[in-house]
Amino acid sequence: MTTLLAIIVVVLVAIAIWQMSKIFELSQVGADKSQIANDKDNKLNGYLMFAFLIFLYVFMIYSMWKWGSFLLGTPASEHGENYDLLLTISFILIFVVQFITQALLHYFAFKYRGEKGKKALFFADNTKLEMIWSVIPALTLAGLIIFGLFSWVNVTTITEDDDPIIVELYAQQFNWKARYAGTDNVLGKANVRLIDIAKANILGLDESDPYAADDKITTELHLPVGKKVVFKMRSQDVLHSAYMPHFRAQMNCVPGMITQFSFTPTVTTADMRLDDGIVEKVDGINKIRADKRAKGEDADPYEFDYLLLCNKICGQSHYNMQMKIIVETEEEYNEWLATQKTFASSMGLDEETKTDDTLAQVIVSDEEAEIMGVN
Amino acid sequence: MSGHEHHKETFVTKYIFSQDHKMISKQYLITGLLMGVIGIAMSLLFRMQLAWPGESFKIFEVLLGKWAPEGVMDANIYLALVTIHGTIMVFFVLTQGLSGTFSNLLIPLQIGARDMASGFMNMLSYWMFFLSSVIMVGSLFIEAGPAAAGWTIYPPLSALEAAQPGSGLGMTLWLTSMAIFIASSLLGSLNYIVTVLNLRTKGMSMTRLPLTIWALFVTAVIGVVSFPVLLSAALLLIMDRSLGTSFFLSDIFIGGEALHYQGGSPVLYEHLFWFLGHPEVYIVLLPALGITSEIIATNSRKPIFGYRAMILSILAIAFLSTIVWGHHMFVSGMNPFLGSVFTFTTLLIAIPSAVKAFNYITTIWKGNLQFNPAMLFSIGLVSTFITGGLTGIILGDSMLDINVHDTYFVVAHFHLVMGVSSLYGMFAGIYHWYPKMFGRMMNKNLGYLHFWITAVGAYGVFFPMHFIGLAGLPRRYYNNTNFPLFDELQDTNVVITVFAIITGLAQLIFLYNFFKSMFYGEKAVQNPWKSNTLEWTTPVEHIHGNWPGEIPEVHRWAYDYSKTGEDGEYVIPGQDFAPQTVPLQDGEEVLHH
Repeated sequence: MTTLLAIIVVVLVAIAIWQMSKIFELSQVGADKSQIANDKDNKLNGYLMFAFLIFLYVFMIYSMWKWGSFLLGTPASEHGENYDLLLTISFILIFVVQFITQALLHYFAFKYRGEKGKKALFFADNTKLEMIWSVIPALTLAGLIIFGLFSWVNVTTITEDDDPIIVELYAQQFNWKARYAGTDNVLGKANVRLIDIAKANILGLDESDPYAADDKITTELHLPVGKKVVFKMRSQDVLHSAYMPHFRAQMNCVPGMITQFSFTPTVTTADMRLDDGIVEKVDGINKIRADKRAKGEDADPYEFDYLLLCNKICGQSHYNMQMKIIVETEEEYNEWLATQKTFASSMGLDEETKTDDTLAQVIVSDEEAEIMGVN
Repeated sequence: MSGHEHHKETFVTKYIFSQDHKMISKQYLITGLLMGVIGIAMSLLFRMQLAWPGESFKIFEVLLGKWAPEGVMDANIYLALVTIHGTIMVFFVLTQGLSGTFSNLLIPLQIGARDMASGFMNMLSYWMFFLSSVIMVGSLFIEAGPAAAGWTIYPPLSALEAAQPGSGLGMTLWLTSMAIFIASSLLGSLNYIVTVLNLRTKGMSMTRLPLTIWALFVTAVIGVVSFPVLLSAALLLIMDRSLGTSFFLSDIFIGGEALHYQGGSPVLYEHLFWFLGHPEVYIVLLPALGITSEIIATNSRKPIFGYRAMILSILAIAFLSTIVWGHHMFVSGMNPFLGSVFTFTTLLIAIPSAVKAFNYITTIWKGNLQFNPAMLFSIGLVSTFITGGLTGIILGDSMLDINVHDTYFVVAHFHLVMGVSSLYGMFAGIYHWYPKMFGRMMNKNLGYLHFWITAVGAYGVFFPMHFIGLAGLPRRYYNNTNFPLFDELQDTNVVITVFAIITGLAQLIFLYNFFKSMFYGEKAVQNPWKSNTLEWTTPVEHIHGNWPGEIPEVHRWAYDYSKTGEDGEYVIPGQDFAPQTVPLQDGEEVLHH
């Protein structure tokens, strides 16, 4: 019955618009029935062009004022400042060009609206003008390209000379794991063909590789502040993308290959929570969440955390594939890492006995276990 | 060519299996519009989900059936809607709907030909397009749901049924439909190229061609160069799916077991896909720009400014478009050095694009603007082309792309620069050439209403998306409720959706106007817009072979609007335009040969 009602409502809305179109059309019956624009139409639409220009300006300025606070704020990585600088320069440029060209376009449309008997200017060519608007964009872009490419080379040239921390980011439908290289700071060999769910070798580490023994698999990403990290990305099933917006960092995870990205975190989670912009943002969000709670929705108070999100469509639960990132002091980081089980101990490969909580730690839910074929 | 001999026509040969380019053009247009209705309706459904996540809507239950239990949209069907919306809008509406319609209508009429080089191939091209449309729409009704891997259908997600339900039969149908679609597009494009090169009337040199023809011609060339690569990608993907090959797959563990695939790479697929995928943007956009050039000149009563610069820009854009595909792959894991190269070539495209934008503005300057609905949409196109194009400076820069890649910032960018702009171009073309197609006029006041609601609505939908993108919100998320960080974006999502619904419904005004005018519109005169081009020298009633007698000879370029002699009098006294068929007057200065 409600289905029928819904259909009727949709049909009625469509009919209403149809009828309104018809009424509008009939109401236009005047002296001039021609469907070609006359002076009256030109005048009306000319003024509307001007009005539209004002609408555009107001809307753009309103958007920036109202939604400008959505921006991510203080970057949390070394190259992030450079990134934000280049972004700001590009945006200033865009705004200037946007404001000028839209003004010219719509103002000319308004100013030169047609009138019967008016003569248009026959103006077909001007090499000088064409040169001006080819060369100016070319020079501006050259500047942007040079700045951009220097930064790009900087970010993507990944060396392991200065002894960075090596971390593997491992993606699977629909969660993330991190693997720390351990005391030797070398990741053990791994391949998805070596995955053995029964033995909880969920990342397919090579048990015979001595480098693998001290690797540590975690479900949270902890990073020490001020220390360069090199991420080695792997995916188990489909494409995923490791997106860490606060660090201005992103790289796809591709089955069959290891991709990499590197950055140096500069602000600890604790410090970022005190950042003015973030404090304001979190306050705003908590107001929204308080309203939600008042309506009986499930919305705990929010505390800021860095995030790793999946940013490449990967299936049904793509929208909820995330991992918490915690940036802390080196001491805190070392302390935390020490509490994590090594691969060898979790597999029972050394004298330590295998504990059940390793399994509990890495397999976070029944649903996930089912996906991995445990049940 | 003696197509104008009379032979007996039946209903079937006239309206169904017609080989007349004008009829085929109408078939493309109507099919394209129907697909457009489906594509836009889908976007309204997923916009509702994004604005009010998890909310129960009766309309979901009605339209989506088991995919919306109790009226709540399922995550899989959300992805399917996004996927099919993209596929339909990009390929079915803005590629064949737009190019198919206007290449077929305008190429023979504007170059002075009796018909396409091969009428039969032309008919075949349409019917393959129709078949592929039927298969694509049909895939919506199968048990496991349609393809849902995004319109780019990256493997392994699109290759493995275990990865998502849409990658089973749904994906097979998607690939089948696209393979047929590509064949259709290639048949059409080859025909357009051959026709433009060989069938121009006497005097119609390449440098006297209207810019519409230049744009449609170059579009066809890009299509012929790049579509076969997509076909090969689709075929290899079909082999990976069905024959167990490993072109794109390697080292996969899914559904509790390691698969046998070894040595393939999804990155290879990405290269093949975007080798078409990026030129595709220009396949969609160039016809719209060509249409706009023609309409802005005619309605400004001025020659298009910088005719040669416009042709050079079209050629430059076409060339560059084939060497920039990698900017979709900056973070795909390909060699970063390649990223540098693609940044360079990508930002170069901004130069011919800027030239085009400034030339449009200069054409309007000191004109005598006639605001017919087509003119409004053309100016609207220039506006969205600039707004959307400018953010390309950010996305095309590999460094900046890192953090906005695949966010709503990208969605905002490409919808404005290629989606809305090309749709505007298509609307402009329909309003402008409706009298040529159907012999009647569309209602101008409904056209104005349609334009102004759409113009405000389109900005209302896509401008705010820049900001939620800069906030780091990834695209293709079924909802954002799992991230408290994104709670503050929810109101904006509601704003976007409200604008989308209003704008979507406003298109009904257009449909009403379109279908009603077909039967009840004012009868058109032969040259309603006082245009210079050849199509307006044909009779209003369609005849085979287009011109009743000889094909007219061309004596000048298409843009002698408001041209005056030394005495300050128009070339043809009393009228501000000199059609291409008018011989040069004594002492007249000639701009283009």
